[in-house]
Amino acid sequence: MANKQISQMGLPKSIANVFAARNVFTAKDALSLTEFELMELLDVGLAQVTSAVAHISEIVCPPYQTALSLMELRVQNEHLAGHLPTHMKGLDEALCGGIPFGVLTELVGPAGIGKTQFCLKLSLLASLPASYGGLDGHVIYIDVESKFSSRRLIEIGVKSFPEIFHRKGMAQEMAGRIHVLRPASLSEFTEREFEHAAPRQNTLGWHVSFIKSLAEFSRIPVVVTNQVRSQSRDEICHYYFQVQSWNETIEDRTRHDSHLVAALGINWAHAVTIRLVLEAKSDQRFIKVAKSPISPPLAFPFNITSSGILLLSDDGIELTGPDINAIHCQGLSLRFCWVNLQKNIEWMPKTTIGHYLKCGALNADGIHHLVFLLVAFQWNNFIRTDKLKLFNFTDHAM
Amino acid sequence: MEVGRLPISASQRGKLIAAGYTTLSSFSSLSPSHLARAVWDWILTIDNLVKRGFTLVNRCCTCRYCEESVDHLLLHYLKISDNEAAEIMRVASHSHRLDGSAGGCGTVNGAQTAWDMLHEEEMFPRITTSCEDLNNILGGGINCKEVTEIGGVPGIGKTQLGIQLAINVQIPVDYGGLGGKAIYIDTEGSFMVERALQIAEACIEDMSECGGLLRKDFQACQLKMHPNNILENIFYFRVCSYTEQIALINCLDKFISEHKDVKIVIVDSVTFHFRQDFDDMALRTRLLSGMALKLMKLAKDFSLAVVLLNQVTTKYIDGSFQLTLALGDSWSHSCTNRVILYWNGNERYAYIDKSPSLRSASAPYSVTSKGIRNSASNCKRIKMM
Repeated sequence: MANKQISQMGLPKSIANVFAARNVFTAKDALSLTEFELMELLDVGLAQVTSAVAHISEIVCPPYQTALSLMELRVQNEHLAGHLPTHMKGLDEALCGGIPFGVLTELVGPAGIGKTQFCLKLSLLASLPASYGGLDGHVIYIDVESKFSSRRLIEIGVKSFPEIFHRKGMAQEMAGRIHVLRPASLSEFTEREFEHAAPRQNTLGWHVSFIKSLAEFSRIPVVVTNQVRSQSRDEICHYYFQVQSWNETIEDRTRHDSHLVAALGINWAHAVTIRLVLEAKSDQRFIKVAKSPISPPLAFPFNITSSGILLLSDDGIELTGPDINAIHCQGLSLRFCWVNLQKNIEWMPKTTIGHYLKCGALNADGIHHLVFLLVAFQWNNFIRTDKLKLFNFTDHAM
Repeated sequence: MEVGRLPISASQRGKLIAAGYTTLSSFSSLSPSHLARAVWDWILTIDNLVKRGFTLVNRCCTCRYCEESVDHLLLHYLKISDNEAAEIMRVASHSHRLDGSAGGCGTVNGAQTAWDMLHEEEMFPRITTSCEDLNNILGGGINCKEVTEIGGVPGIGKTQLGIQLAINVQIPVDYGGLGGKAIYIDTEGSFMVERALQIAEACIEDMSECGGLLRKDFQACQLKMHPNNILENIFYFRVCSYTEQIALINCLDKFISEHKDVKIVIVDSVTFHFRQDFDDMALRTRLLSGMALKLMKLAKDFSLAVVLLNQVTTKYIDGSFQLTLALGDSWSHSCTNRVILYWNGNERYAYIDKSPSLRSASAPYSVTSKGIRNSASNCKRIKMM
């Protein structure tokens, strides 16, 4: 809408020509200038500028809907009024039916906690026929970290839905609906690493808007996984009016030392609509609904089994306070391994996330319904210069 | 008033100045055709020459061929037509009127006395937030005719508050509300209809309870509102870029003139598109201030409340990072009132950061399945700063 050409807007010929003569071609160019600037640039009177701007605004302005018509549209046209059920009863109830369509849902947690398992389960659910509670559609799985395991996917399918998968050819059909894309690196971001400290927010900017618009207009669920990083004490931010007494800072220090936070900063945290935090606390894994416009702040204990993720209790524990956003990673008995990640970072020719999304959505044969999009962002690896990193393995990793 | 300040095109201004008219008063007494002719005073004409003491045959001095007449000069040499001159006179008289009459009756054109404003303010009830403590620090609720900015970290409840206000504005006048409609401008896609339905149902429940207590006759207190009626009165716009955001705000006054009952405009969030890919910060500041001015004008003209939801960012001040609302320092001047939502221990609090009439104070609130409500714990009180 913003790039609509002024020449096609039906403005009176004289003013349209003046716009073109001054290199103001799109609505974006015209509306980025104030009325006085336009007057100076185009050399016309204020009345003409005002009417031209009003005309352009009317054309570019998005249409309105009442909230009621929005709801009715969704109830009529979409599966479960626009939700993908996760088959985890407690989580589905908390999210009013499941992962919602049209918005960005983020899964964040430390390595090895079960994010990829969750994603594999969701891909399977999306490709199931509608009679089994799936969306009967295709899935695009963008696998940046090379963690997709088709063997594990089939295992989850066979264990969770044996009646479908034991039928001849069904496994092939289900697996055939999942399209895996493996970009080797998001080199656009790696280039930025060596420039001056360009704020990370700007590099994400276009991609965030693009993914959100894509999700909205095609009304599909989009799930993104994110990594964690540790939070130093200096980074605990407060407003200027929140006076910290000395005692409080001492308390806080112990509280925050073992905390991890989601990577990519506060700008990204604003951009996602739903954030599901997976963490490990005192030998138990939890999945928490940390940010959601429709759910209370609940935490559900879970385990990873051969059929995917299993909630241990469908009644979540309600957490109050900002603790719901905190990510713990303690107490799990895991096998540890130090891995040198330097060799995994390869600089490959330009392949941006936008390119993959576009080719996945529009050009690939046989994708009639773009149902699902999964992205695992690995920016953290490109931004940190740590050569060694703690790497956790669980029994079910590939 | 200087000619340079008139809102006319650059070339017209240039012609006026070249003809020697630099201030408004120098040509405000002329008629348009006089002005059109007078602008060419500097062109060599018979009149000019006669004025200066030369007598010549009636022949145009420039081409030396035709007879000089107004039409001839207008057609060939005059670059300012009668229409343009009429336009300039109209603009000039309009600007002249705005400047205020010279001396005269003692009242300034376009002004309103403070006493009248006080009476007007009392006429409009405030929009309740459904949380008593929050209403108290806001002086009763969100004020109409003003722009209020509400900001906070992700997950604190900004969208919840936005949806709650969109529903509370529809509370009928009998129950102390405004009985109006709401415009919800969504830039991030965080408006979820299911949640709006939940909050609408809870609001109707509360109203029925409240109605039962206040009124004696049960027939009168029968609330005919259904959650679908409430959802019908929320006009939802989904904006996908800052161009659309600016275009929408330009079109809002036409929309509101057509739907007269709109009493609140909520923008959730005003920041999102302006934080994405802006290289030119000066342009961003100009666009934001233009937008803020239009919203303020909208609030004043139609007597509605404008609520802008903002995000936070970190700023390095005095050797440490502090949280502050996004969009920079210039934007912080644009809004009349500013409320910051933050976590204090395990409670959500709202703090009045900036207001011309309210004292700085914090109040606790909570987000429940029914929407924004009073905070559950009793021991927290309103803290005056």
